[in-house]
Amino acid sequence: MYNFDVERPGSVADAAAAMGREDAQALGGGQTLIPTLKQRLASPSVLVSLTGVSEMQGVCSTDDGRVAIGGATTHATVAREAASLYPGLAALAGHIGDPAVRNRGTIGGSLANNDPSACYPAAALGSGATIITNSREIAADDYFQGMFTTALEEGEIITEVRFPVPEVSNYQKFVQPASRFALVGVFVAKFADDVRVAVTGASNEGVFRWSEAEAALSSDFSAGALGGLSVSGDNMISDLHGTGEYRAHLVGVMTERAVAAAS
Amino acid sequence: MAQVSMTVNGKAASGEVEGRTLLSAFLRDTLQLTGTHIGCDTSQCGACVVHVNGEAVKACTMLAAEADGAEVATIEGQANADGSLNVIQQAFQDHHGLQCGFCTPGMVMSAAALLKENPTPTEDEVRAYLEGNICRCTGYHNIVKAIMAASGQDVSSIAAE
Repeated sequence: MYNFDVERPGSVADAAAAMGREDAQALGGGQTLIPTLKQRLASPSVLVSLTGVSEMQGVCSTDDGRVAIGGATTHATVAREAASLYPGLAALAGHIGDPAVRNRGTIGGSLANNDPSACYPAAALGSGATIITNSREIAADDYFQGMFTTALEEGEIITEVRFPVPEVSNYQKFVQPASRFALVGVFVAKFADDVRVAVTGASNEGVFRWSEAEAALSSDFSAGALGGLSVSGDNMISDLHGTGEYRAHLVGVMTERAVAAAS
Repeated sequence: MAQVSMTVNGKAASGEVEGRTLLSAFLRDTLQLTGTHIGCDTSQCGACVVHVNGEAVKACTMLAAEADGAEVATIEGQANADGSLNVIQQAFQDHHGLQCGFCTPGMVMSAAALLKENPTPTEDEVRAYLEGNICRCTGYHNIVKAIMAASGQDVSSIAAE
């Protein structure tokens, strides 16, 4: 790693100020960023560690029935504390990486990085979550802008993520066993008036909503309603783990499984 | 360089670190606690698992500066006060839960974290919890068996007798 300074602010205000330093980079749990730094793929001059910001920690219910999660909350904490509030989300968090990774990695870090194979983007987009930063609120539909690309501005920090809670939901992940990322992952959420289906791991554009499946499931929420629907493999990730066609096929299979398992 | 202070295995420890100094490097190079192994250095293998504030983490994927003020536990602090092996370590010996031994510190630390959270795990739960700990001797059956035994469960019916 190239060397850098480390700042450990205790408040969002101090973190935002530290992010104003030249070539500053926010550090969540570091489970992606530290390996990236080891490969010298990034060379920030200062890392602003967000894990000590207490106002960005924890899970709670809001007055309007949404689940609010602090940006620096670890996957393990979400798995534990959201279990009764939003079981589909908690189950997703409880299967990210491995236990040691879940004890460090954070929801804000995952969403800020927007890895095309990460799990949380599927939950945020599939739930229609709101990403709250130190300066504004961003709807998930506007937030994800392609592989490793988001609506975040330079220096902007995800302080909280608010999830509407669906009637039923489920996330199905076809695990790439070496990395434990999703080869393909599908998050299905059924709300009173619509169904959202978000797919991660598959597209060259990063996480996306499968609108044809959403339409079919909105009128009939059953795995059978998906019969005959498929996505094109043309713009899917093709690598040594699977071709675009294979991933496109998995999108259908994982969506059916998620609908069948939704609770 | 910055000064970091933490509690390691119950004792105060401090030293000068660069921003980029990993917790694994601080433990091994500064504190000379070389029981925490660095296998892959890419967050995959789990040989460097230690506990920070009671939670299992990969010491190669955390900065020493982030552990400033924390309670850290490593394999060196796992034995009983009289120096005898603790129940997990003893079970690894009794059930041949190690071959070359390189992954063992991480396996024992992960096992300790698992049993704290789930005192009587099923075999499937043990295997799932060890997803991030790789044994390249592929000695998993006996590792799982040792952890089951350490939890006080009957292991006579578990694979790889």
